[in-house]
Amino acid sequence: MIRFLLRRTVSTVLVLLAMSAVIYVVFFAAPHDPAVLVCGKGCDGARLAVVRHKLGTDLPVWEQYWQFLHGLVAGRSFDSGTDLTRCAAPCLGYSFQTDQPVLQMVTQRIPVDLSLTVGAMVIWLVLGVGTGLLSALRRGRLAERALTALTLAGMSTPVFLIGLMLVMLFCAYLQWMPFPSFVPFTDDPGQWAANLVLPWLSLALIMSAAYARMTRSSLLETLAEDHIRTNRAYGLSERRIVFGHALRGALVPVVTMLAIDVGQILGGAMLTESVFGFDGLGRLLVNSVNQIDLPVVVGVTLFAGFFIVIANAVADVLYALADPRVSVA
Amino acid sequence: MSETPTVAQRPDGSEPGSEGPDAPVPGREPSGPRPDRNQVWRRLRADRAAVAALVVVVLLVLMAVAAPLICALEGQNATTFHNNLIDSATGGVPIGPFGGASGDHWLGVEPGTGRDVLARLVDGAQVSLSVSLGATVVQIALGVLVGLAAGLGTRTVDTVLSRAMDLVIAFPSLVFAVALMAVVPGGFPRPLLLMLVIGILGWGQTARIVRGQVLSLRGLDYVAAARLTGARRHRVARREILPALAGPVITYGVLQLPANVTQEAGLSFLGVGVRPPTPSWGQMLASATDWFQADPSYVLLPAALLFVTVLAFTVLGESVRTALDPRAKSRLRAGIERRRKRPEEAQA
Amino acid sequence: MKLLEVADLRVAFDGVAAVDGLSFDLGAGESLGLVGESGSGKSTVALALLGLHRGSGAEVTGAVRVDGTDVLAATEAGLRALRGARAAMVFQDPLSALDPYWAIGDQIAEVHRVHTGSSRRAAHERAVQVLDRVGIPDAARRAKSHPHEFSGGMRQRALIAMALACSPKLLIADEPTTALDVTVQAQILDLLHELRAEDGMALLLVTHDLGVVAGNTDRVLVMRDGRAVERGEVAEVLGAPREPYTRELLAAVPRLDSPRERPDGPKDVLLSVTDLHRHYPAPAGGTAGWRGLLGARAKLRAVDGVSLDIRRGETLGVVGESGSGKSTLGRLLVRLAEPTSGEIRFEGEDLARASERRLRPLRRDLQMVFQDPVSSLNPRRTIGESVADPLRVHGRSGQQLKAEVGELLDRVGLRPDWYQRYPHELSGGQRQRVGIARALALRPKLIVCDEPVSALDVTTQAQVIRLLADLQAEFGLTLVFIAHDLAVVRQVSDRVAVLRHGRIVELGTVDEVYESPQHPYTRGLLAAVPVLDPAEADSRRAARAELRGRERAAALTA
Repeated sequence: MIRFLLRRTVSTVLVLLAMSAVIYVVFFAAPHDPAVLVCGKGCDGARLAVVRHKLGTDLPVWEQYWQFLHGLVAGRSFDSGTDLTRCAAPCLGYSFQTDQPVLQMVTQRIPVDLSLTVGAMVIWLVLGVGTGLLSALRRGRLAERALTALTLAGMSTPVFLIGLMLVMLFCAYLQWMPFPSFVPFTDDPGQWAANLVLPWLSLALIMSAAYARMTRSSLLETLAEDHIRTNRAYGLSERRIVFGHALRGALVPVVTMLAIDVGQILGGAMLTESVFGFDGLGRLLVNSVNQIDLPVVVGVTLFAGFFIVIANAVADVLYALADPRVSVA
Repeated sequence: MSETPTVAQRPDGSEPGSEGPDAPVPGREPSGPRPDRNQVWRRLRADRAAVAALVVVVLLVLMAVAAPLICALEGQNATTFHNNLIDSATGGVPIGPFGGASGDHWLGVEPGTGRDVLARLVDGAQVSLSVSLGATVVQIALGVLVGLAAGLGTRTVDTVLSRAMDLVIAFPSLVFAVALMAVVPGGFPRPLLLMLVIGILGWGQTARIVRGQVLSLRGLDYVAAARLTGARRHRVARREILPALAGPVITYGVLQLPANVTQEAGLSFLGVGVRPPTPSWGQMLASATDWFQADPSYVLLPAALLFVTVLAFTVLGESVRTALDPRAKSRLRAGIERRRKRPEEAQA
Repeated sequence: MKLLEVADLRVAFDGVAAVDGLSFDLGAGESLGLVGESGSGKSTVALALLGLHRGSGAEVTGAVRVDGTDVLAATEAGLRALRGARAAMVFQDPLSALDPYWAIGDQIAEVHRVHTGSSRRAAHERAVQVLDRVGIPDAARRAKSHPHEFSGGMRQRALIAMALACSPKLLIADEPTTALDVTVQAQILDLLHELRAEDGMALLLVTHDLGVVAGNTDRVLVMRDGRAVERGEVAEVLGAPREPYTRELLAAVPRLDSPRERPDGPKDVLLSVTDLHRHYPAPAGGTAGWRGLLGARAKLRAVDGVSLDIRRGETLGVVGESGSGKSTLGRLLVRLAEPTSGEIRFEGEDLARASERRLRPLRRDLQMVFQDPVSSLNPRRTIGESVADPLRVHGRSGQQLKAEVGELLDRVGLRPDWYQRYPHELSGGQRQRVGIARALALRPKLIVCDEPVSALDVTTQAQVIRLLADLQAEFGLTLVFIAHDLAVVRQVSDRVAVLRHGRIVELGTVDEVYESPQHPYTRGLLAAVPVLDPAEADSRRAARAELRGRERAAALTA
């Protein structure tokens, strides 16, 4: 088990490194000169050179990347010519636009995405897995149709469309609630939840389709396996067969899928955030893209990648733990 | 194990309903017995949902292709402002019911600018369909190439390409797409850029499917037999392996298309899609958020169109899948392969 | 009233009858063999006895009474009380028949608890007890293992232990040894025999193998197309069959003692193999320590130093159990696989080192017939195209090509006008004939046949073997015949190589190897082959028991 974890960690670190290199090179080798943007209007050549030096963009790309990595691991200093700014590890640099540390900008936004993910996850698990189980166990026209409808709707509706419709219906037309805005959990848990209901619902409605589908097919597949026939041939009741033998195997792929989905959404639910005007990682990315604020773009992308790589690793470990046949020795 | 278990491979196998010893053996190869083209067509035609979806898709494509014609017929275009049709006192709400619909502007005008909604919708259809079709082509082409290379190449090539597939599939493609939009010079044509970005970030799943197919085909005895004839490698690949890939690739392509429509709309919604004044559905929806109360029809029209487009392509894709391989259960009814990674459309 | 009574049983799927008007009975402690080829409906009967067709859409009519329970009319609860408690079933594939997520002891204990309401502890004790009873060493510890940690034979023992958990009166075994090697098969059959003798259970043994029935049941019922063809005492039916079908079936079974006719004489060497190796990296998880982490993996030696000569015009039989490396060896001989080291000398050329380009002209002399008639033909191409392929590669085309393919199809016993048929329109035996025609097309010197008949029913098997022998005589072919079935290999071969763990343990003429085997492994293999004569089967069982006893004694004194 330890060896398995070790191997998984090593490969995770390697993937993260590769990803950061790709991201960095793509963004900093781009034809824009960020210094021109930072320098602003009426900028002369001498000042531009100073700005370039301060941003570090006068160095070759690989050297910039090395400094970036160094900053991540051991911190780095920025030299603006007159004074020295020390940026402690893990250092993602400073925003071109606001001069704020990127790490701080990113970590400030995380509670938004965390709130979004956790609540939505609970709803989509209950709704998705519940529908999936029900339709697998009570095979009838009604359950079948409900599942088909849910799946079709989930597959055909972009999340921002559902969000828009919900807001339009409940906030603009029926006026049951005000337009949502994010309230931190620590400020007022009640308001936090009330404002998050619509975002949660729109995310969960989309996601639950996939979970219903997966749960149903996985359970049906397991129920068709030979060892279930053995259970039947030895007089076990259906309830015992489903809950004792079939469900565990059937839920393994659902759990691994969950880990990956959570990783993806934590890394920025851009569309949901945009519809509801929440300032999460996704909106941060969109805004910095529009302002060509490269350190922030790189920082957010790196964080999103980080969540996904970690989620994949977690999914693998969960899979290995759940299935005795996967060799973890 | 180095070899396949050799002891009594096909034990009795007297499944209920199977016939005598001299009866045909049911096919068990990965892509099933040779599907008859006419049969596929017959199955599709018998599927009412498929026919309906096909009709909708044809209408949508006609609408996109005939966009200039429709505009000419209405006598409007997508970019002309009509300040006289909006009420400047309310900030630009169209004058008249249903978003200012009239004999001149059949579906009304855009709040704030007074541009013709119908013209913007049909032009938007053009953008949406061409971008997603192009992106699908890029995805399939890249996916097939990489998948073939991984499946037919040496072990090292396979390892490297497989890792790349994992990475591309796991990658937050929407995040990366948005980020990429920031670094490409402004002069680059946006629809082409969208096409490429969506395509380049989305080939992983196709490649994985193709690789899996190639690997399982490569192990089959008939491919070994073809090698034994003394035929060259590419002849074996062309004759024995490539034809078997067509079914899965077509199926996946048709299912990928609606996901790409969604992706394009999402990027435009975030303001990093096509640049104004080129219209797109996502953009219209984004600007509609300010006009919920004053002009609901302006929200509902692009929303409905987007929904219907994605729905029609999805239903069609599912039907094609079932028609090509009736034994594989439909994704709608039963689900998809185990340990799946999320499809694009679920991306929040 | 008998323990098991079946009257006029009919099972139909979508209106097609798989079992059609079958009646038989079985008294307490008796044993009956249900024999038939694929599609005879025998497994369907086995499932119907426990009412396992419920909910599958099958129409079941007639009467089935097991230990007083009317299976067709019983309530769900009534059926559950029967299943596993008074009548238990052993399935064919023990790996998929056990829950991979549960420890084996827990699965057995659960069955006991469900039927007796015993405590957790008592049920676990019972599980260990029955595991010990079926010969699982160190049962208390092994009860905690999962199915994948057991070997095939051990898994089958565990499944039998589960059947014993509630001391049932009837044991239904559906092809219990089909997935196992011949030596393991003998052990499992001996175990079933012993359990029956000591515990007085009735046994219904369902199998396609007449040899399995001969030594293990008192009576036999031969089935065909869902109906009973012949029934009676085993010795009677197998010794003096009344029905033509039974006679045909018996005649087709290859035996260790049937007369052989093989021309022989001094022959020159066609292909010679020296110290051939083929290693694979062991599957992940098979390594230990830091070396595994750094990528240095243990090797699996599939073929581990094989040397042999193949003489012009002979048939060399290669026998071995699963994992012995015989298929890998076959693929190395025609260079479908690349050897790790060693030499394959064919007409002055070393095939082992030859590049793909150098091999191409040699390919026409070295062909192969594959095991699986399903995967050996491209489902998208007509059989004519498949046979024409090698000819086309070597420059044939047009009318001449068509004519040649027609001749080939005719020669292997198919109709020439079947050129346009697709593989799925053919039966397994017919497909195998197409495979042979394709291998024959370029008039090769050597054909490697890898288990060419093991996927076929016994009557079809005999026909294909006869075809191969005819072709060999006509075209002067040299054959390498790879098989797990010792009787089949004896029937077709001039010389035999016995393979184990990638090495040849014995190589000699058929008479040498079968009449006076030198290696203990060969002796063990031969002793395990089922025979058709019940008396002979009994004496062989006794011999096996004695052998085991001696081994055990030797192990104790050593």
